[in-house]
Amino acid sequence: MAKGPGHKVNRRELLALSAAIGTAGAAEALSRHDGLLGGPSRRYTNTLPWEDGLTDAPDAADAGGWHYLNDGEVGFLTAAVDRLIPPDPTGPSASEAGVVVFLDRQLAGDYGNGAHFFLEGPWQEGTESQGYQSRFTPAQFYRHSITAIEQAVGRSEKGKAFKDVPADKQDALLKQMESGDLKLEGPITSKAFFTMFLQNVLEGYFSDPIYGGNKDGAAWKMIGFPGAHYDYSEWVTAYNKPVPGEPVGLRGRPAWERG
Amino acid sequence: MAKTMPKVDVVLVGFGWTGAILAQQLCDAGLTVLALERASARTTPLNWATTFDQDELRYMWRHHLFQNVKYSTLTFRNNVSQKALPMRRLGSFLPGTGVGGAGIHWNGQIWRWLETDFKLKSHNEAHYGKQSTAGLTLQDMPLSYKELEPFYDMFDRICGTSGQAGNLKGAKQAGGNPFEGPRSAPYPTPPLPMTYGPKLFEQAAASMGLHPFPHPAGNLSQAYTNPLGMQLGKCTFCGFCEKFGCGNYSKASPQTTLIPYILTKPNFELRTEAEVLKIERTPDGRHATGVTYIDAAGAEYFQPAEIVALTAYQLHNVHLMLVSGIGQPYDPATGKGVVGKNYCYQTMSSVDVFFDDKLLNPFIGAGALASVIDDYNGDNFDHSGLGFIGGAYIAGMITVARPIEMVRVPDGVPKWGLEWKRAGTKYYLRNMAISVHGSSYSQAGNYLSLDPTYKDQFGRPMLRMTFDFPDNDLKMAKYCTDRAAEIAKNMGASHVRPKARQGPYDITHYQTTHNVGGTMMGASPADSVVNKYSQSWDVPNLFVTGAGLYPQNPGYNPTGTLAALAFLTADAIKTRYVKALGAPLVTA
Repeated sequence: MAKGPGHKVNRRELLALSAAIGTAGAAEALSRHDGLLGGPSRRYTNTLPWEDGLTDAPDAADAGGWHYLNDGEVGFLTAAVDRLIPPDPTGPSASEAGVVVFLDRQLAGDYGNGAHFFLEGPWQEGTESQGYQSRFTPAQFYRHSITAIEQAVGRSEKGKAFKDVPADKQDALLKQMESGDLKLEGPITSKAFFTMFLQNVLEGYFSDPIYGGNKDGAAWKMIGFPGAHYDYSEWVTAYNKPVPGEPVGLRGRPAWERG
Repeated sequence: MAKTMPKVDVVLVGFGWTGAILAQQLCDAGLTVLALERASARTTPLNWATTFDQDELRYMWRHHLFQNVKYSTLTFRNNVSQKALPMRRLGSFLPGTGVGGAGIHWNGQIWRWLETDFKLKSHNEAHYGKQSTAGLTLQDMPLSYKELEPFYDMFDRICGTSGQAGNLKGAKQAGGNPFEGPRSAPYPTPPLPMTYGPKLFEQAAASMGLHPFPHPAGNLSQAYTNPLGMQLGKCTFCGFCEKFGCGNYSKASPQTTLIPYILTKPNFELRTEAEVLKIERTPDGRHATGVTYIDAAGAEYFQPAEIVALTAYQLHNVHLMLVSGIGQPYDPATGKGVVGKNYCYQTMSSVDVFFDDKLLNPFIGAGALASVIDDYNGDNFDHSGLGFIGGAYIAGMITVARPIEMVRVPDGVPKWGLEWKRAGTKYYLRNMAISVHGSSYSQAGNYLSLDPTYKDQFGRPMLRMTFDFPDNDLKMAKYCTDRAAEIAKNMGASHVRPKARQGPYDITHYQTTHNVGGTMMGASPADSVVNKYSQSWDVPNLFVTGAGLYPQNPGYNPTGTLAALAFLTADAIKTRYVKALGAPLVTA
């Protein structure tokens, strides 16, 4: 998104700004949710905590080129996401729906930076029931894992990259990652990567189009989810009948823009 | 050096449901009340407006309203032989942070315990012998359903709960829960209408001689004004309740029912970005002088108060007791100590139900939109010969169909690829899950303590959770899930997939945010942390609210009972404690 004169400073930019100008700036910074620190302690008495112009609306994914991924990673991910969700008349493939763009923007942003992960040490391997124990942020986790996967693929496929092996072989490799049978160099198992990867692909395919995937709400249309719909009262007891209409996202639907 | 602030009558540590209840009650009684909340103020129009609230990625998967483990987490292990490691990512449970706490993103499922749940140990031992509770560390509550009922009713009137009574002052009511204890009044608003899936469940359950009734809901069936003048709107069934705020003022929350009222009180102050580090005491340890807290910039303050109330989430209340050195920490090796003892959870199972010929439109939903049976909960059925005690409510429930989470496929279909895509598309509008919401009973090896290795951002030891499902609860889960599958088959399903909970407990996958125990209430200091008024046995001007009070967890969502207990606590403080400051309300 172009940052014209009307551009409203978003939360991330504000925090970066306050860090740059030090404590005097921090007093002006705002922390509007979930403990992303940076706000002053505020005192409320005889007043409602309303502040003009501070609606916590989401930031949409930016347009333009890759923000985090390198060319090799784009090649791997484009091939892999389209085996997880291939093209067919039912609906778009994952890459057609924008899932690789989604992954790039997520890895470049708060999620990729581990804004909601505890990553401090000491680190050690745990049981499956203890979950993620890596020191890596998700962005680092992807970078490390894709490199290790391409090394393993190169060894078994005569030096080829994942994107250059036939589709049925790609499927076989993905199944080996799913089960953990694809052995990787380093601390991360192929299973741990696949688990995070499949989850992120589903997120990209089915989340609101503002995040870069689910282009034009096509994945919602495919399954019949109406999206960010406000009121279903009239259909609550309309049993066994389809709810009419095209899906709508937080920024409306394509027909609104083109019509 | 901490700066000392002006003294208040009551300091509340955390400002979610129970903090708001205490603030409202005690401000109205004329006390000066200060709420310290570790994160920010949040309001409906700024933070979850209808224009951007319906966002599965941001709120659910990116944890926008939840506690951020980067700043606050715990360590976990299944048993004492393991090394506990940090919960580096939220998973199994999703505590809140900020004003309103988890009361913002809950589903609005408002339950009361059964009369027998209050005397669980003695009831089961009387009916099934001492052997029935062997291996468990169950305890009776120090009060009865009857004593708590007026406060359950108070919470229903604050929320405007939608539902159908099953027992009014002892008279059974058609269409309600026939197993519930007597209610002093009907629900304030009528039950929600059933969508197709819950209706199919209701019909199947009734045809089997079971007793379906509408799930009690904090998602309102009609507009309602509560006794404080707070107005709630009629639910529009948008399906974004749990993990989301309600932009429509239709879900009961601290923000919709209490906080705007409290903020008009001149004797109330809310201080945000103020995280309490420790409860301070006099040198003899018998009296709390106040709390030390830290602001977002790292400055420390001492806040003196006549009464300290821990009103944070259960895990944080237990942690604060332990890091403040109040009460004897529980040691599973000796069985001695009470703080951190009887940590319990909720044993959640489910049955996936797929139809080939029915369009359910599962995206039409509300957080408590369900038809429920209570026939297999608590001791509502004969447990003779079953080898377990406890049970579950079974709910044909469609709260929502979040597509990232809920594109379900029948068994035999892979989790990705073309076959998955086609089956997911075919069944998305044609499936639902039946929830089997099971009890979680205490056993000696499940407890909360301080971690010996990992420190939090303030240098305090992290809380350490040691938990796995007791055999009793896994047997219960299997039995109740089988009953739910029988109902599913009678709904005309084409595929039924029972998913009885199995061990080991796994902290990575969402189950429920029902963490209980650790500051349990009881009849004596030997077996509990607080008395029936939630007053510390060791420090009489310290009160502790929340689900930590439960010695075990019945098969119900905890909010209704912990809210009622908070009203009872407030009543005891304003009618009795203020007349004899520093005195125990129950003689040890």
